Amino acid sequence: MTIHLILNGKKLEAEVAPDTLLLDFVREQGCASVKRGCETSNCGLCTVFLEDKPVLSCSVPAARADGKHVTTLEGLQEEAAEFSAFIADQGAEQCGFCNPGFVMNALALFRENPFPTEEEIREYLAGNLCRCSGYEGQLRGILAFLEWKKTKEKEAQS
Amino acid sequence: MMTIKNYVKPQTLEEAWQLNQKRGSRILGGMLWLKMGKRRVQTAIDLSDLGLDTIEETGDSFSIGCMVSLRDLELHSGLARYTCGAMKEALRHIVGVQFRNLATVGGSIAGRFGFSDVLTMFLALDSYVEMYKGGLVPMETFAATGCGTDICVRIIVRKTPLAVTYHSVRNTATDFPVLACAVSRQVSDEEDSWKFSIGARPARAILLRDETQLLSGEITAEKADLFGAYAAEQVPTSSNMRGSAAYRSHLVKVLTSRSIQELGGISL
Repeated sequence: MTIHLILNGKKLEAEVAPDTLLLDFVREQGCASVKRGCETSNCGLCTVFLEDKPVLSCSVPAARADGKHVTTLEGLQEEAAEFSAFIADQGAEQCGFCNPGFVMNALALFRENPFPTEEEIREYLAGNLCRCSGYEGQLRGILAFLEWKKTKEKEAQS
Repeated sequence: MMTIKNYVKPQTLEEAWQLNQKRGSRILGGMLWLKMGKRRVQTAIDLSDLGLDTIEETGDSFSIGCMVSLRDLELHSGLARYTCGAMKEALRHIVGVQFRNLATVGGSIAGRFGFSDVLTMFLALDSYVEMYKGGLVPMETFAATGCGTDICVRIIVRKTPLAVTYHSVRNTATDFPVLACAVSRQVSDEEDSWKFSIGARPARAILLRDETQLLSGEITAEKADLFGAYAAEQVPTSSNMRGSAAYRSHLVKVLTSRSIQELGGISL
């Protein structure tokens, strides 16, 4: 079947099988940041934005993305680089496999709630699993990023 | 892995219903649980084009389309107000935001899963399933019978004035519940009626009422504990990898007692 969608701002027309998953489709399109982690809709590694909402691409039929906007980390380079630097500063991750999905969902959180509390951060990112760390480094990184963002906004206002 | 031979987005409910009468057809909800099985689906029916992804609130009810995501349900301010936050509490522990952006209320209810926080929550409310051919069916009846080859189109929640609270116990955050418990209390001049919905027993959620009148009159901590013990006797539980039957029955006792005290105005 033929689908039309906008992937990272680019219009696409593609042939997909009825059971092609969005995860496999975007990887075929060169978006290698999107990872298959658990295959049980639990780990958050395959997170992409579908109409600007974070979803698990391992569980979305590509056919369902027909006529919609799909965004992967490849399409959010600037926004992601700014934030990821704070995670790297903490040495939060070891293998880094979970990083793209984690960054995607963190960006979704900041768009929905620009200055979340620690509890809101934990709740929003609960569906992003990391098997190397204990999440503490990531949490420190996020808090440092929010501090920096707050200062930056204050400076811009004054 | 699940395979799909044909993928169809019907333009009318009648078309969807016709397709669903054939063996090998399957209506897709969020596809989260469905895709875990080794199923060969002849025709996957996607209801996305039917405008069933909205929550409409009127003076006396909520009409929730079957394709509404659990995340939209969780964030709906009207439902939050009506359930005093219980709706959000029932949903926020389910896997993660990305999962809840996909999982649909129709898929959760029609699936009648044992582990379902969603079914547990709706059972405690004055809620109904609107089926395409079968009309309006009370949630308790639906939980027992399911929808067969009919289509669960909407969930209707009547705004019967009630107080409701939700509790669940999980071994780890984001996992299935070991036990889920939604309790509602409807107080009027003539009556004081309670509904206890217990899910993840681990079988499908069931409803218990205060048939013994143990809770008549003013609520005290003793009465709540007494009813908790009665509920633990009445609600069948069994064992699985998440917990034993004995542990679950203990949780039935504790969670119902706590909920009664909460709704009875006793501070814990």
